[in-house]
Amino acid sequence: MRTKVLLAAVAVVAFTVPAFAEISDNVIKIGVMNDQSGTYADLAGPGSVVAARMAVEDFGAARKGMKVEILVGDHQNKPDVGSGIARQWYDVDKVDVIVDVPTSSVVLAVNQVTREKNKALLVSTGATSDLTGKACSPNAIHWTYDTWALANGTGSAIVKTGGDSWFFLTADYAFGLALERDTEAVVVKNGGKVVGRVRHPFPTADFSSFLLQAQASKAKIIGLANAGADTTNAIKQGAEFGIGRGAQQFAGLLVFLTDVHALGLDKAQGLLLTEAFYWDLNDQTRAWSTRFAERHRGARPTMAQAGVYSAVLHYLKAVEALKSDDGPKVIAKMKEMPTDDPVFGKGKVREDGRKIHPMYLFEVKKPSESKGAWDYYKVRSTIPAEQAFRPLAEGGCELVKK
Amino acid sequence: MATAREYVGAPALATHGVLAHQAVAFAVMVALLALAPFIVYPVFLMKALCFALFACAFNLLIGYAGLLSFGHAAFLGSAGYVSAHVAKVWGMPPEVAILCGAAVSTVLGFAIGALAIRRQGIYFAMITLALAQLLFFFYVQAPFTGGEDGIQAVPRGVLFGLLDLRHVMTMYWVVFAIFLAGFLLIYRAIHSPFGQVLKSIRENEPRAVSLGYKVDQYKLLAFVLSAGLAGVAGGTKALVFQLASLTDVHWSMSGEVVLMTLLGGLGTVFGPVVGAFIVVTLENYLAQLGAWVTVVQGVIFVVCVLTFRRGVIGELGRLLGKPL
Amino acid sequence: MTILGIPVQALFGQLLIGLINGSFYALLSLGLAVIFGLLNIINFTHGAQYMMGAFVAYFLLHGAGLGYFASLVIAPIVVGLFGILIERTMLKQLYHLDHLYGLLLTFGLALIIQGLFRHEFGSSGLPYDIPPILTGGTNLGFMFLPRYRAWVVVFSLVTCLGTWYAIERTKLGAYLRAATENPALVQAFGINVPRMVTLTYGFGVALAALAGVLAAPIYQVNPLMGADLIIVVFAVVVIGGMGSILGSIVTGFGLGVIEGLTKVFYPEASNTVIFVIMGLVLLVRPAGLFGRER
Repeated sequence: MRTKVLLAAVAVVAFTVPAFAEISDNVIKIGVMNDQSGTYADLAGPGSVVAARMAVEDFGAARKGMKVEILVGDHQNKPDVGSGIARQWYDVDKVDVIVDVPTSSVVLAVNQVTREKNKALLVSTGATSDLTGKACSPNAIHWTYDTWALANGTGSAIVKTGGDSWFFLTADYAFGLALERDTEAVVVKNGGKVVGRVRHPFPTADFSSFLLQAQASKAKIIGLANAGADTTNAIKQGAEFGIGRGAQQFAGLLVFLTDVHALGLDKAQGLLLTEAFYWDLNDQTRAWSTRFAERHRGARPTMAQAGVYSAVLHYLKAVEALKSDDGPKVIAKMKEMPTDDPVFGKGKVREDGRKIHPMYLFEVKKPSESKGAWDYYKVRSTIPAEQAFRPLAEGGCELVKK
Repeated sequence: MATAREYVGAPALATHGVLAHQAVAFAVMVALLALAPFIVYPVFLMKALCFALFACAFNLLIGYAGLLSFGHAAFLGSAGYVSAHVAKVWGMPPEVAILCGAAVSTVLGFAIGALAIRRQGIYFAMITLALAQLLFFFYVQAPFTGGEDGIQAVPRGVLFGLLDLRHVMTMYWVVFAIFLAGFLLIYRAIHSPFGQVLKSIRENEPRAVSLGYKVDQYKLLAFVLSAGLAGVAGGTKALVFQLASLTDVHWSMSGEVVLMTLLGGLGTVFGPVVGAFIVVTLENYLAQLGAWVTVVQGVIFVVCVLTFRRGVIGELGRLLGKPL
Repeated sequence: MTILGIPVQALFGQLLIGLINGSFYALLSLGLAVIFGLLNIINFTHGAQYMMGAFVAYFLLHGAGLGYFASLVIAPIVVGLFGILIERTMLKQLYHLDHLYGLLLTFGLALIIQGLFRHEFGSSGLPYDIPPILTGGTNLGFMFLPRYRAWVVVFSLVTCLGTWYAIERTKLGAYLRAATENPALVQAFGINVPRMVTLTYGFGVALAALAGVLAAPIYQVNPLMGADLIIVVFAVVVIGGMGSILGSIVTGFGLGVIEGLTKVFYPEASNTVIFVIMGLVLLVRPAGLFGRER
């Protein structure tokens, strides 16, 4: 029944809009897949869907006679659910591109499925730098940030500004260990030293024991190689033990604006973190973020959500130029065309699928320094685009010509 | 304390030999499942079939031996990991992978069963839950499982050197065959002298002991058999989805199989199959609603326990007056 | 001076932390033991009721402006009443059935409660501040002890011992214990057994909620805070001996300390050590350390 309707629709449209005859089913279907109700719902979640819709509107799809549909999927941070949705979307719903996908374990699985089905994937929230390394694929672009950029930004910038002795509090699973490894390499390269580390089970509710050990190490910086609830719990409990206000500071290796919002400035003040975007950076980001906030319960966008906007916008531009939504072809076109949007400004996509733009080291303001809700960050330093991401040669991506 | 209590399990109807109406029901089930992949998305059906086998294996334990295992996910997930590892890292063909997975889950079944059988009833359930949780935490950290990532890109391979499982319909028939084999094995076990002794243990254990049966051995054997078949389901599932992840060893998965069996009908032959299909379908349709899925599952539990203890097939059987 | 590479001072600090965590295990397993010992029901909803206690505290603060100490009293009563409602409407119907049905029912209820809260509040958690009077801490030399955590230990100890005394040493407790063994006979003596059962369930649930209020300022108030914790508490109860009040208190604190030590010497195993101990105890003493064969 569905097939009949679809065929009829295609037939009708084929005679009326010949210019886009190469677009599958004559609809560009974008699937926004992320965690809609769990730990990552605030930093991506429904906000990413809002960002995607804004991109479609700003692109002017309706004006240009392009039909664009957005589907939403909740992967619940589980790789089996995520790959199941991806399979169903590609096989049954004829989705052309999947966007966002937080949680490294899920994005790797979806990356695999996308490659098998030869579609397209634009990763905004997913972090693992393997996406442009050993798991790189001609069907995917890694848009907003990755673990290497975070480690590099936070690690090197902190060491350069005096935080040269580190203690790692690491979540004992693949992601946490990778983050610790990458950051340690950067710290050591910049002349700092790692005086100790402790691996905590993932997830952990009570950090008191580990925080004690961190305090005993007398390291200047306590690096939090974990994410989500583990990070916020550690910070919250650290405040109880007096960390953050005195000699020791926390460095959050994966922290989003929404995490700081949930913690409150009282607990999060002094935290150092790296992000790719902040709503208050310049006039363009401010204007865009205000529009976003109007559509998203007054909450300012995180870098993840901003990334979704930027990626979808560029995708649509590429589809328009190519007059086709064939997965790898559009990805190739996106690498060809330079990017430009109010969120990241001008940038480009490298051959290994890495989008590059500047990264920023932020410090969380003290309550007295903040003028109101969401006014949380001050810029400590800016890392230019060319230095912010792992050099092409070091990734081990097979797409990079030697 | 011999109070007259309604025990967890099937109504006490005579069940020896293959009954005509059950044969009819079996034929209906086979026919439906044979035609379904042409109408419904086959990957979805394969998922349901794997869970149906898992639920049937679980039902053997609770429906016929009266033992509620709250940690059955350990067997599903362990076999999944082993099969995935064997297929991907050792490059073995799928039949070897699934067999290895089932072997491991059988051994685990023996270990956990031996420990848990020492206690009865609710204690037994809690011990299985806690031991499964122990395994879960082990898998979170063990390098070979890939932790949060799971084992991805598991190759389906070529079955017996003949059937290329990458083709969706071939894979479906293979999964269907595996399910039928498991189902028939369980059916045979239930309707054998072994199954009769199990039922007697469930209904009146002291009496069975006094008749000279080594009750613990029977319970353990049932446990091991159940674990092994759950392992077959787990190994097959890992190949279908080409992924083995932590979800399959998490306690919520243990809860799900209980739900499927309870909803379908504890101690009925076809109940677990129906229950599995209903739950998998529900989850598919409700997936958009996020946390509501958990709520719906909880509601089904509560309703079933309070007013619908026989489950779908159980009620159907009661209506027809014949056990299903 | 070091023991196995860890300075003694740091060790004391970790022991103290372990004691604090043990307080939660003790309180929660106490509630479970009370309910199980006297009702023969495994209350899987315990984790969800713990969570509800924390949420009630949050609502009282943000909705009614009632602070922490008021919540310590009100939250257990509110959640306890909710527990009584569950018992009266649903659990009561299952007493004549196999006990496993009670487990399944409470499991289902836990799913419903946690699902509803998760739907309404998401999973990230809501903040709840430590009451001002309990902030800060004292420097003990070997560690900085937050005042709130010291309060938690003291309060739980008092509550646990108080409950133990009430059940083992008072007349009311004697009635309860008698009713478990032979309800018909106790009813014949004129004691309203069903009402006692209901109130006992309510009390056990109230204990869970109390633990929740205690936990709110330390852990985030979030819908899933009880979900994984409840399984650990089950293991604690199995080790202690189901139904033994003293067993659950001692085991709770003891396991908290052992877990704390594990976090120092072998932190990756700190999640599993309690289950490993459970396995070992079962091999040696299937009834649990303080339990009696039923």
